Amino acid sequence: MSEIIKIVIDGKEIEATKGQTILQAAVNNGIYIPTLCAFDGIKPKASCRLCTVKVNGRAMTACTTPATEGMEIENNTAGINEIRKAIIEAIFVEGNHFCPSCEKSGNCELQALGYRFMMMVPRFPYSFPQRPIDATNPKLLLDTNRCILCLRCVRGLKDENGKSLFAIKHRGVHAEIVMDHEVCANISDEMAQKAMNTCPVGVIIKKEKGFDEAIGTRKFDKQPIGHEIENKFNQGGN
Amino acid sequence: MSKPIVATTSLAGCFGCHMSILDIDERILDLFDLVEFNKSPIDDIKTFTKQCDIGIIEGGCCNSENVHVLKEFRKNCKILISLGECAIMGGLPALRNGIPVEECIREAYLEGPTVTLNKEGILPNDDELPMILDKVYPCHEIVKIDYFLPGCPPRADLIWNALVALLTGNEMDLPYEVVKFD
Repeated sequence: MSEIIKIVIDGKEIEATKGQTILQAAVNNGIYIPTLCAFDGIKPKASCRLCTVKVNGRAMTACTTPATEGMEIENNTAGINEIRKAIIEAIFVEGNHFCPSCEKSGNCELQALGYRFMMMVPRFPYSFPQRPIDATNPKLLLDTNRCILCLRCVRGLKDENGKSLFAIKHRGVHAEIVMDHEVCANISDEMAQKAMNTCPVGVIIKKEKGFDEAIGTRKFDKQPIGHEIENKFNQGGN
Repeated sequence: MSKPIVATTSLAGCFGCHMSILDIDERILDLFDLVEFNKSPIDDIKTFTKQCDIGIIEGGCCNSENVHVLKEFRKNCKILISLGECAIMGGLPALRNGIPVEECIREAYLEGPTVTLNKEGILPNDDELPMILDKVYPCHEIVKIDYFLPGCPPRADLIWNALVALLTGNEMDLPYEVVKFD
């Protein structure tokens, strides 16, 4: 029998199971904490820092910090949201995020966070880096201009033998995602689609798939990112 | 009281943002009641004839003429608005930003697959032509910009709500659906 503990998020007491992270406990209670590098079924990495909350006054990442009895957590406050907005803006200027011409536009988590946090313009100068595009695979297009190095693809996509489809090359500002062409040579349509869905932005694109949803019908056209977490709770009769 | 004066221009843009201004539909009649237009493609006034209250900029800066016009707008307008992705972040013209200018010009005038008429291999090089910049710059990296309205194009309601807020002094109405980057 799992032990139930109590934590407080923004003044509201919620129940968590011992061993859960703050993020898991929040999601189960209909509280949205923004994330980018976290993905269901993949071990959290805490690389994007977007889920930063204050635990008893200290900044911690909600995706990796275990919930413990009596924790006082600040999440949806003006100060923390301002930090998150700055992170989103920094990610936008760090790569080449041309939303109007991107196949993922409307379904992109980074773009959706820009909408949710009302990013009208990034406060930092654009860096316009030079990054490669790899279109050699028959099923997948890899456009690293849009990469935010969340490593969801590297961590979450394996073939039936456990081999990674993607890897990281170089370090620091030169780090880039590359495709393992041997492993990806004969991937199924389902795997190609899973790869596209795993990428929060528009780096991994399933070929012949882009621009097939009309504007107004895409995931984040009408509802902000995180609404499914917040709404799930409301529909539960609370 | 005299009407507030609005000026608009399209720098390195496609005029899509101006089309979106027209997309406010019959409200354009209200707009003409509320404001007077000065330098703008809408009334075809080519040069500023007086100080303006609001300057609306479409497009980023890809050449020396864009920079000149943008600085003229800053001098002649109290408030400048970057309208659309190109003004805000360079937009599609900025796709060339990772490519050296020389390579772009060679591709456009000498080596591109659609180059068929330039047998002598002439490159544009006339004093009358604006100099192309090393990259396409967002407007706020050239002059101070006061407000930003994203979108490609910005939704007509976003433009309308922004103008109404500026003209009435009320806070801007910003529903989720009108702030988009595409």
